[in-house]
Amino acid sequence: MLSPGGQGTKEFWSLLCEGRTATRTISFFDPSPFRSQVAAEIDFDPLLAGLTAREVRRMDRAAQLAVVAAREAVADSELSFDELDPSRLGVTIGTAVGATTGLEREYRVVSDDGRLHQVDHRYATPHLYDYLVPSSFAAEVAWDHGAEGPVAVVSTGCTSGLDAVGHACGLIREGSAEVMIAGAADAPISPITLACFDAIKATTNRNDDPAHASRPFDATRNGFVLGEGAAVFVLEPLERARRRGARIYAEIVGFASRCNAFHMTGLRPDGAEMAEAIGLALREARLRPTAVDYINAHGSGTKQNDRHETAAFKRALGDHAYRVPVSSIKSMIGHSLGAIGSLEIAASVLAIQNDVVPPTANLHSPDPQCDLDYVPLSAREWPTRTVLSVGSGFGGFQSAMVLRGEPS
Amino acid sequence: MRLTLDDLKRVLIEGSGAGEGVDLDGDILDVTFEQLGYDSLALLETASRLAREYRIDLDDDAAVAASTPRDLLDLANATEGEPA
Amino acid sequence: MTTLVTGIGVVAPNGLGADDFWAATLAGRGALSPVRRFDARDYPARLAGEVPGFDAAAYLPSRLLPQTDHMTRLALVAADWALADAGVGPDTYDPYDMGVITASSAGGFEFGQRELRNLWSQGSEYVSAYQAFAWFYAVNTGQISIRHQMKGPSGVVVTDQAGGLDALAQAHRQLVRGSRLIVSGGVDGSLCPWGWVAQLAGGRLSTSADPDRAFQPFDDAAAGHVPGEGGAILVLEDAGAAAERGAPRVYGELAGYAATFDPLPGSGRPPGLRRAIEGALDAAGVEPAEIDIVFADAAAVPELDQVESDAITAVFGPGAVPVTAPKTMTGRLYAGGGALDVVAALLAIRDGVVPPTVNVERAARHRLDLVTSRARPMTVSRALVLARGHGGFNSALVVRAAPGTSRHANEEVHDATDSG
Repeated sequence: MLSPGGQGTKEFWSLLCEGRTATRTISFFDPSPFRSQVAAEIDFDPLLAGLTAREVRRMDRAAQLAVVAAREAVADSELSFDELDPSRLGVTIGTAVGATTGLEREYRVVSDDGRLHQVDHRYATPHLYDYLVPSSFAAEVAWDHGAEGPVAVVSTGCTSGLDAVGHACGLIREGSAEVMIAGAADAPISPITLACFDAIKATTNRNDDPAHASRPFDATRNGFVLGEGAAVFVLEPLERARRRGARIYAEIVGFASRCNAFHMTGLRPDGAEMAEAIGLALREARLRPTAVDYINAHGSGTKQNDRHETAAFKRALGDHAYRVPVSSIKSMIGHSLGAIGSLEIAASVLAIQNDVVPPTANLHSPDPQCDLDYVPLSAREWPTRTVLSVGSGFGGFQSAMVLRGEPS
Repeated sequence: MRLTLDDLKRVLIEGSGAGEGVDLDGDILDVTFEQLGYDSLALLETASRLAREYRIDLDDDAAVAASTPRDLLDLANATEGEPA
Repeated sequence: MTTLVTGIGVVAPNGLGADDFWAATLAGRGALSPVRRFDARDYPARLAGEVPGFDAAAYLPSRLLPQTDHMTRLALVAADWALADAGVGPDTYDPYDMGVITASSAGGFEFGQRELRNLWSQGSEYVSAYQAFAWFYAVNTGQISIRHQMKGPSGVVVTDQAGGLDALAQAHRQLVRGSRLIVSGGVDGSLCPWGWVAQLAGGRLSTSADPDRAFQPFDDAAAGHVPGEGGAILVLEDAGAAAERGAPRVYGELAGYAATFDPLPGSGRPPGLRRAIEGALDAAGVEPAEIDIVFADAAAVPELDQVESDAITAVFGPGAVPVTAPKTMTGRLYAGGGALDVVAALLAIRDGVVPPTVNVERAARHRLDLVTSRARPMTVSRALVLARGHGGFNSALVVRAAPGTSRHANEEVHDATDSG
């Protein structure tokens, strides 16, 4: 996985456990024309990360992140490709905004910085079609590992990272694939993305204090901090993993998504649809709400999200919502749109592995309407076997996944 | 120059359309934006257009908090501004 | 568990609404013409399949117009029509029992171009408040779910032109998991200069200026495709639920599906399309001989045509099954293409007639029974629809007549096609 402040799983987990933040003043371009000037950037060098010059030229940054993260996941899985029919290996990659960074860069070239409406095809990169249609992300990962089974990109806005993994689980369950490489990537830190979130005041303008700009559940929060990243997993049926003696991080025992059918960006304060998704995911997992040891929240740090979500937890879990630790890693690594759901699955899995729940950084004075235990500032040693991870996105998508560790 | 209701109506329609079954030519000064079919996004779009066209820089939170055209006009006309 | 198609909404270059589309398609009326939506004269490719005469304001509330790309407007109207056709209203089912799953390829690209231009030519304060979602891939699913109050499982798949079938398959999965109705399919299009340039970069657009010569799959003259816009939205329903509410019509059943991915070129491994076909037949529980018609992907790129005709021939035998590509009339519709072909397959089943592939003289090396020139009356009980996406995505879907609804070739339709 590739996260701001943590390239590779180990670095990512130590960042979270230490409660450090990776948000900073944008360095990729001059952010001064924008209302929000902070982001959680990755100091990613694709060549150092193992990509060839040709691959770098061919792929948008988000595709590069996906491919590098998938390589780490496949290596870590110690999957033996000799025993795996390529037609039984599939790929699902989630992304919210695809190759938006590469598209904007190329648009500037062919339009002469916006001067031409009739953009000039003679200056277009030959790889532009792969930016246009981000199914190329899944194709790149599939080629890399010889997958010839079902391959797709799932793009449901900010729940893409959960939904792509949920989609892959469905394919395994129905028998369409034996092993899935599944995860998500987004690299949206570009002027057009900043501008569009500026226009709806979704991102924070706490530009004078970038390290503390992402403040989920805090009374002073005023929007999210844009991030980027990728996390990819190798999924296989429990029996298969046991048979080959694989290292099992966790079992995905429940997943559900619902839609609020209310507004493309707005949320109703009652959290009903997210609560519905949580209830369904728990039912699929055959677990009671009280079995949840930790909630990895969406916790974007917008005013409405954090209240919406808090209401959803109470609605779905009842009194247990007040007893279970809840935290948002977006406080540290920002909101990488479609990728974040997979980064949060990774954090959930690592919480199970380590019996530690990551904190919500920058949470000094909670919003009175956000009255749960958000694990402020410092990670907590906590027996964690069952984790609920949720996401909420533009388009009204609400998703919930339940992950469970093996009995200790 | 004061921003008039007609100016505001034009900006609303250009930026966000008109709600179904809503007569914007009626007496809408004190009809809530919700009843007129405008949500917070429509108000943000309107605020951004007022800034571009009339150089009226509304405070975002205040713009979204305006509940009627009268509120928004009062806010706009209390804000430093001049025609573009 | 059986998944039925109980409603259809079509927005196609050769017909607004399923009836117009079907009449034009049977008559072999193509809609490829010089691009009108922007000035394409300076580009190497100048033809498109545009949806003509679409007045969004006549169909959609004014509030939706500033926040939607052209293709989303088309999708919203197609969804309205599909639900009306199915006789489904807001009270038909609980909102949580209904979901929306669509395919997308490039999102609202024309909207995106406008906002990119606003940003770079004027400044960030000129970017629309609606840009944050109007261009993105999930927009059609989100907007349809809001308009029709559908709170069930929703989704969006992006697999280029394979997406239309992949979305229907995902909808089927959700019905298996307990939903009662899913609105699904794909409506797509990026007919703007910026989208055009990106498509040109893909290297598969025909540069012919002659609408009758520009998109000729399986022909020796095949030299790329003409892109189009539009597609179809379908109402899929669990058979039990449809029966319980007395759905007014059943077009057919989604019987089997499979998706595969091609190996990296040069790996020496065979392409994946044949496996997709075999997988779909297997999932439907039908033998090759039971398939009455194949709706081809019809890339019109010589190598890809060869892969497709080889796969069809390998599974069915040379010339053993009729094959058609009505998309020769509309152009390739990307995420909309597969869904529109499924509609054509279902209407072929309903009316006992197969639409033609126009402008094509089959090359001898493609050993296919290609239905060219005019529609062919024949009993259709089971149809196979193929769709492929750039990069190696292969999808295959079998649709069949719902029990007791199969019809034989009928004279009325035959006459209609003769007059066309």
